[in-house]
Amino acid sequence: MARAAVPGRLTWQSATVAATRAETATARTLILDVDGWTGHLPGQHIDVRLTAPDGYTAQRSYSISSAPGPDRLEVTVQVVTDGEVSPYLVEVAEPGDQLEIRGPLGGWFVRRPADPRPALLIGGGSGVAPLMSMVRAATSPTRLLYSTRSPSDALFTAELATAGAAADGLVAVRHVYTRVAPAGSPVPPRRLDADALARVVWPRDADSVAFVCGPTGFVETVADLLVGVGHDPANIRAERFGPTGG
Amino acid sequence: MAVITRGFGGRRRDDTDLPPGQYRTDDFPVLSAGPTPRISLDDWELAVVTETGERSTWSWAEFTALPADEPTVDIHCVTHWSKFGTSWRGVSLDTLLADVETAAEYVVAHSYGGYTTNIPIEDLLDGQAWVAYEFDGEPLVPVHGGPARLLVPHLYFWKSAKWLRTLELRLDDEPGFWETAGYHNYGDPWREQRYRAD
Ligand SMILES: Cc1cc2nc3c(=O)[nH]c(=O)nc-3n(C[C@H](O)[C@H](O)[C@H](O)COP(=O)(O)OP(=O)(O)OC[C@H]3O[C@@H](n4cnc5c(N)ncnc54)[C@H](O)[C@@H]3O)c2cc1C
Repeated sequence: MARAAVPGRLTWQSATVAATRAETATARTLILDVDGWTGHLPGQHIDVRLTAPDGYTAQRSYSISSAPGPDRLEVTVQVVTDGEVSPYLVEVAEPGDQLEIRGPLGGWFVRRPADPRPALLIGGGSGVAPLMSMVRAATSPTRLLYSTRSPSDALFTAELATAGAAADGLVAVRHVYTRVAPAGSPVPPRRLDADALARVVWPRDADSVAFVCGPTGFVETVADLLVGVGHDPANIRAERFGPTGG
Repeated sequence: MAVITRGFGGRRRDDTDLPPGQYRTDDFPVLSAGPTPRISLDDWELAVVTETGERSTWSWAEFTALPADEPTVDIHCVTHWSKFGTSWRGVSLDTLLADVETAAEYVVAHSYGGYTTNIPIEDLLDGQAWVAYEFDGEPLVPVHGGPARLLVPHLYFWKSAKWLRTLELRLDDEPGFWETAGYHNYGDPWREQRYRAD
């Protein structure tokens, strides 16, 4: 397998919530100001550390959803019911609040700007977050297949529609829905199985790299299907967000 | 000086056995870099290769006929989850390395699918590590590393290579897959050695 060393800022640094943006009823983006942040590679994540007044701390990982840039980054968080950290980030944090982060982290699930190979991105639910960074930074052909339960669960809907309709044709976007499909949708809602994947996925480019991200069950299913339709396992990169199947 | 996050109280569970920065889960999450390899037991083989090229191998039948232990251990993943009291069945590295002549100080575990990870040999001996093939009384499923995986519970779980194929004994240290991708070379959860500079 290819190796990639990625220098990261590995000390904790403070970040300030600059603004928040609702993405769906249960997910939102936090725009964080981080002094001296030098950017990231699309696909990388940060660790977030929250500290309670009595010193108790909790840490979780969140993918960076924004395009690389200095001094500021965005994470997009989906509420996990009964969760410790995600409800705070989605429902409580306000502009001006401080938390700690470190990163950028992860040297494997990354798409380098100089990489000319076409990318097939397949995201489930909030797993679209690191793929969104790749879409926003795309300089070579990028195809996103995005699976959610219903249209109202999809993140970045308007921006993805715009990106997919851009005149340069660099980015293509397709949605699949597992529970509720929009009125008039040609495809009924269904789980992403081999047949559904075969129907929606683009023909395979010989040299394409696939990035698959989402809940563990989703990633397992999709990565297996890609291997089954002839993708080289060495060119499938996966990021698994959570313990539950999706 | 730590930054206090306004409005964050935490939902602590009473977990005195948690290493720093970890939270407890009762699920069994999955961390791997790519698709899950599927290996048939007929083709499966475990090899130990020494620094002089000496090779010992076990077929599935030979391997599962070796004396096995049933350790119950806590495991800690670098993505912040810990799982307590996991029960396994596997062959101790003490057993696998008993008849191997070596002066090696390091081991690189190689997996089906190409994954590698490096571990000092002293961390694998004296009842600290196993090649596990059952979890919770059931054959180890592919997503968790079956047919057989390394189990080194006192290090972050990426050191417990899934889909184990070869243990390469070396005189020198050779960083593996995550170790060359910015993660810590040793990976002690109690010292929170997650990333290279920790
Ligand atoms: C590399 C990486 C990148 C990630 N990026 C993102 C991201 O961009 N956006 C995002 O929203 N999340 C992301 N996650 C998931 C995130 O780190 C947390 O696991 C998630 O926010 C839940 O944390 P919590 O404290 O709210 O829940 P916890 O208190 O940890 O868990 C509460 C309950 O929910 C279950 N649970 C935990 N995580 C999930 C999950 N992901 N899905 C379903 N059930 C779960 C737990 O097992 C437990 O039963 C990422 C995870 C990793 C490893």
